[in-house]
Amino acid sequence: MDALKWFLVDFLQALAAGLLVGGTYGLMCVGLGIIFGVMRVVNFAHGDFMMLGMYIAFYLVTGFGVLAFMGPYAGPIVGAILAGPIVFVFGWLLHRYLIARVTGVRVVTAEAEGHYAQIILTLGVSLILQNGGLILFGSVPISVQTPLSRESWELGPIFLNQARTVSFVLAAAFAIALYLFLSRVRLGKALRAAADNPIAAAYVGVDVDRSHRLAFGLGVGITAVAGGLIASSQSFQPYIGFDFVVVMFAGVILGGLGSILGAFWGGLTIGLVQQMSTLVLPYQLQNTAIFVVFLLIIFFWPRGMFGRTWERT
Amino acid sequence: MTARLHGGVRKQYGLIAAFAVAYLLLGLLVRNSYYQLIMTLVLVWATMGLSWNMLSGYSGMISFGQAAFFGLGGYTMTIAFVKFGVTPWIGMPLGVLVGVIAAVIIGIPTFRLRGHYFALSMLAYPLAMLYVFEWMGYQEVSLPMMREHPVAYAQFADPRTYMAFAMVLLVAAMILSLHVERSRFGRSLLAIKQNEPAAAAAGIDAPRQKMYAIMLSAAIAAAAGGLYANVLLVVTPQTMFGMLVSAQALIVSLFGGVGVFWGPVIGAAVLVPLAEILHGELGHIVPGIQGVVYGLAIIVIILLAPEGIYWKLRDRFFPVRPPTSVPRVAAAPAPAAAKPAADAAPALTLERVTLAFGGLRAVDDVSLAVKAGSIHGIIGPNGAGKTTLFNVINGFLAPAAGGSIRFEGADLVGLKPHQICRRGIGRTFQVVRAFPRMTVLENVITGAYAGAATDAEAEELALAALARVGLADEQAYAIAGGLTTKQLRLMELARALAPRPRLLLLDETLAGLGHDALEEMLGIIRQVNREGVTIVIIEHTMHAMVKLADRFSVLDHGRLIASGTPAEVVRDRAVIEAYLGKKWMDRVADPVA
Repeated sequence: MDALKWFLVDFLQALAAGLLVGGTYGLMCVGLGIIFGVMRVVNFAHGDFMMLGMYIAFYLVTGFGVLAFMGPYAGPIVGAILAGPIVFVFGWLLHRYLIARVTGVRVVTAEAEGHYAQIILTLGVSLILQNGGLILFGSVPISVQTPLSRESWELGPIFLNQARTVSFVLAAAFAIALYLFLSRVRLGKALRAAADNPIAAAYVGVDVDRSHRLAFGLGVGITAVAGGLIASSQSFQPYIGFDFVVVMFAGVILGGLGSILGAFWGGLTIGLVQQMSTLVLPYQLQNTAIFVVFLLIIFFWPRGMFGRTWERT
Repeated sequence: MTARLHGGVRKQYGLIAAFAVAYLLLGLLVRNSYYQLIMTLVLVWATMGLSWNMLSGYSGMISFGQAAFFGLGGYTMTIAFVKFGVTPWIGMPLGVLVGVIAAVIIGIPTFRLRGHYFALSMLAYPLAMLYVFEWMGYQEVSLPMMREHPVAYAQFADPRTYMAFAMVLLVAAMILSLHVERSRFGRSLLAIKQNEPAAAAAGIDAPRQKMYAIMLSAAIAAAAGGLYANVLLVVTPQTMFGMLVSAQALIVSLFGGVGVFWGPVIGAAVLVPLAEILHGELGHIVPGIQGVVYGLAIIVIILLAPEGIYWKLRDRFFPVRPPTSVPRVAAAPAPAAAKPAADAAPALTLERVTLAFGGLRAVDDVSLAVKAGSIHGIIGPNGAGKTTLFNVINGFLAPAAGGSIRFEGADLVGLKPHQICRRGIGRTFQVVRAFPRMTVLENVITGAYAGAATDAEAEELALAALARVGLADEQAYAIAGGLTTKQLRLMELARALAPRPRLLLLDETLAGLGHDALEEMLGIIRQVNREGVTIVIIEHTMHAMVKLADRFSVLDHGRLIASGTPAEVVRDRAVIEAYLGKKWMDRVADPVA
């Protein structure tokens, strides 16, 4: 009887951890999902933008202490949120001067729609960000200090890490705000139209380059916020992007290409699978579990959970 | 003529031999063991690039997961050696075998996915394996030194021996790629890359060809992985299955040039030494600066040459021109079949064929018979289900249970498009599906394979088909991407005709043609029909069809609403209403109008 009880506690604990981690993963995936959906570009550098978000939060809070006046509780949160606009501007400029050269209207006639050049370009950006990060930030793992990460709320027998819970709430709030932006605001609707059907969107007058630029800035900005939120519960170094970019790809594909909010559920699923797998599998195999579940879902729903199956012959 | 297709194979052999000899001579002169290692690694990564190119460069299915095969090859060899004392001479072929088996297991489910879904799913395999190998305790496995019998265990004192060894493997991969490029198999992959539905309709068994491609690709990668483990004498999950392995295979290929075997070789020869030398020269001054410079370098090059260095150089220095002396095409001997009598047996019979997309019945309980030797028009307004009907006949879509489609007595339901093509049914598409980067002749040869045993025969059939539609001579060597609508339609017709089908499905072949072009096309279709080919043609404009077809079937909202001779059908009230709307009913009723 006791064994069952303990299993139940473990199960609920893993479920809670999965949801909390998954919420932040979901936000991360939404960022990649916007870029993927609108531009149909595989952004290999996406994890590195998340890394930038982490370091921006770190320097605002601990490094330069700009936000020290906000106290140990609010500082890290505000730092994570501020990472968003900073990385947005960076992404916007990067798209304007670099990415736009190999995407959008220019390349529809190129072989494989220019995917080859896009892959190389984003891999190159990834290398520069990682190694530039190494030069600027050093290789010593660090994290954003907040008293929240050492404290938990107790919900019966379940422990909810305070830093992760706060991150989850903020991630969910951001996802909801984004949902409202995409469904209520004219600019957001144009973006969603461009994700749904880029060609049709261009025909009805959506400026493709502008919506790409917005999508790219927004995408990396949102993921930077997610990075800033994670930074207070996990230590990081300039190469951390690689660990997350695969998780993000999996989440976005799970949600279904073109479905920006599907990406949130995809990321949440990944977080749940990752944490729940530790119930039955050794800790080292939790990432293997992610990939196996990812492949299984893809084989049964080849277009993801929220993708459309409709295609004209 | 086969000389053109195979032209240059001997020259390419010469170039490969010259490259190998020059490289090894250079290697002999190098005394510094670090540079020797770099030179060996160039060859290993060039081989990995060829592995990626075999799958992704030729067939267009971009793979982010070549490390799966590389790692399996390396680990199989290492584990066989360390645990069971098996020499690498056996372990490496064993690794290749494991890699190929893995390719089949991975290919069967993964080829169901398309585009980005395929590419990113491939990423998951090596990473899943990485953690499994870590968990199994193979974090770092060293190959034991065999001082007694070094050669029996592929261990050499002189590092240049490994270089020679790597060169043998690379040359083998290059020759394999060369022959794939020039073969029917390679051309099929290219057709799949450019337009998979058209390839299937032209008789290419796409899933099988893709499976062969991934098996060959995996074999090359696994061999490279085995060699790499031998050179470094140690394997770790990160170096064998890590994302950088897959990325490196892809980077050297994309950088050097996709779809041509020199591409990965050029890419590796430039990038591998660049990365190593930057690492050696700058790495200790500012750690990370080498990565920044390397990243900048590949960005700059790809902005200047988005399809890779090879293609840039070729377009700059050796632009492809059509051959100056075009062989005259002898007029094809017309098949001797005379037009069958009007009461001939039906060639194609549809009985109660239904196809629903969700609730919408795009084809609703259609039964019709097409007489052998006739021209049968399928007409109806937009959205009537005409193209969908063709998609059902040629196997793109499966009809609902209970319907039957018979061609010359044999049931077609359940057959795949390429099988139906090989039964003797050709088709064209509403929106022309060309292979845009091929010449007109190559487009048509791709179609001819379905009816030809050899390359030479396919080429003969293709030239004959081009002559039949009047696209012979210089036009045959134009790139399909630059043709006019009329030329594209003619080319697609020739591609469908090349394997000598007995039934042709023409989907709006007349659409978008001007008056003269239309008359020309009508003449060609009649001529093809006179030579014994049964034709089913879709149109939604009536006037051209009345002149062409022997019989009409009229579809509206998926249902067959009328059929008969043109004269009968144009008087049918239901047809006039469906087609022209109520307004015309009044005019028909009033003969003065």
